Amino acid sequence: MPVTVALYDGRVDQPNPRTSISPAEVAHVARLARLALSEEELSMYTTQLAAVLGHAADIAALDIEGTPPTAHPFPLADVFREDEPRPGLDRDEVLSQAPDVEGPYFRIPRIMGDAP
Amino acid sequence: MSAVRDLDGWETVVGLEVHCELRTQTKLFCGCRNAFGDEPNTNVCPVCLGLPGSLPVLNRRAVEYAMRIGLALHCQVQPSVFHRKNYFYPDMPKDYQISQYDAPINVGGWLELPSGKRVGIVRAHLEEDTGKTTHVGGGGRIHEAAHSLVDYNRAGVPLVEIVSQPDIRGPQEAREYVEELRAILVATGASDGKMEEGSLRVDCNVSVRPVGSGTLGPRCEIKNLNSLRSLARAVSYEAARQVEVLAQGGEVAQETRHWDEQEGRTYSMRSKEEAYDYRYFPEPDLVALQPSPDWVESVRRSLPALPAERREEVARAAGVPVSSEAVATVVRLGLDGLVRAAVSAGADANLALRRLANEVAAGLEDHGPPDAGAFARLVQMEAGGELTPAQARAVLRLLMEQGGDPAGIAERLGYQALAADALAQVLDQVVGAHPREWERYCAGDDRLAGFFIGKVKAATAGQADLRAATTLLQQRRATA
Repeated sequence: MPVTVALYDGRVDQPNPRTSISPAEVAHVARLARLALSEEELSMYTTQLAAVLGHAADIAALDIEGTPPTAHPFPLADVFREDEPRPGLDRDEVLSQAPDVEGPYFRIPRIMGDAP
Repeated sequence: MSAVRDLDGWETVVGLEVHCELRTQTKLFCGCRNAFGDEPNTNVCPVCLGLPGSLPVLNRRAVEYAMRIGLALHCQVQPSVFHRKNYFYPDMPKDYQISQYDAPINVGGWLELPSGKRVGIVRAHLEEDTGKTTHVGGGGRIHEAAHSLVDYNRAGVPLVEIVSQPDIRGPQEAREYVEELRAILVATGASDGKMEEGSLRVDCNVSVRPVGSGTLGPRCEIKNLNSLRSLARAVSYEAARQVEVLAQGGEVAQETRHWDEQEGRTYSMRSKEEAYDYRYFPEPDLVALQPSPDWVESVRRSLPALPAERREEVARAAGVPVSSEAVATVVRLGLDGLVRAAVSAGADANLALRRLANEVAAGLEDHGPPDAGAFARLVQMEAGGELTPAQARAVLRLLMEQGGDPAGIAERLGYQALAADALAQVLDQVVGAHPREWERYCAGDDRLAGFFIGKVKAATAGQADLRAATTLLQQRRATA
């Protein structure tokens, strides 16, 4: 069973924001991000992420009664482009950047194998 | 295990998630063409390939289509934001999909099935489609494949995901829901509704519970349903499987299962990544979406009559229940304009409905619908007794095959239904020529009715309205 992680999700209405994180939780997040961490790195990121969570907890402690949620720091909404086609990239050029190709496709290793 | 286990005492509860590709010219966040069937990896650019430094810009038309869908489903259109849904799978080169999470554009609507039942809609949100992966080796199955090939033409194509409440009961209703939803999506112009091209994709959540229970059992999400038939089969199979598990004292595990069309069964994906942890966070490269009330209203006004409304109109005109099969068929096939044309020409709407739901519907595979004016005249000729039902059907067939004018076709075929007085004369002759049979018929031997009608048919070379002849025969006996 994977470890269930309830990371702070950016919203400030959580009743009890986390201020600590276990090495097992860091390992789980690393796995989701496909990062292979050494024991040393695991311990380092555990300390650093706890500090990040602590910072989030500080923000969560602020009284924001009556403050509407902010979707974006810019005072902008509804930025659009019209539905008009524009030429994309040349396929040969695109595929030449890929680690592996087969005909007109990107070729990738089997997907359901072991994660790093 | 049999897929048709007796579900006595159990109720199947279904909620559906339908992904619908929008009929835009371009992708959701870039100007690459949105086109099915193009050469692989030709509609790609830095944005949809997730190259560093590229920025998404929202397609206005996609937003309008999403609102059309939401409004057609009686949803509320609300201010919304985009989120990143993070996951590692090579169908998305960015390693995340831009979707909507806790603030979707449309919330809280409903859809009415032809039966009159309403299915609740939780939300209908905007997101981008993923690229298409083809698994090579292992019979195309994901867990046995040696490697996979990726085409990113589809990556970034605009989708609306429509999530229903678990209001659907059983395989047939699941099918009806998707058919009705497809009709609505096509009517709004937002989608072409082509399941076979993947424009419409369905995932279903299935659970079972004892009949009468008010709580929901643990559900399984079933993926890989490529047709309405697969959907109905998968729901049947999965419900039976869950009842079997429970009957044996087991528990249904909440999990994602894969439908195997050949084997006709679902199987567990058995993925180690089963616990989803998408780490959603607001997409920093996009600003919020706040359609003005004016925009929402103008989209609402631009909506055409939707299937439920059209069914009501046809049913009212023909004087039949809105849930009748003929009404559903005629609207589904887009033949309701012909009912309208018949009505405005003063023809019998009920007869028009029957001819459309039967003969025209059956002929549509090979021919287009008949011309509206010609069809209305034909209905009038039949209703007025100028053509017998059999003759009307023959003329209608030719109308669909070759076009033309019904009166001209009838004349060419030598069709001329006998006027009522001529028919009565023929009947008199037939009865007079067979006094013994007439006596037996009058004595109550109803089998003789067929004998007399047969004689009338022969005497008139098929030009008599046999229903009218039967009525005349019965009247004659009643007054004999």
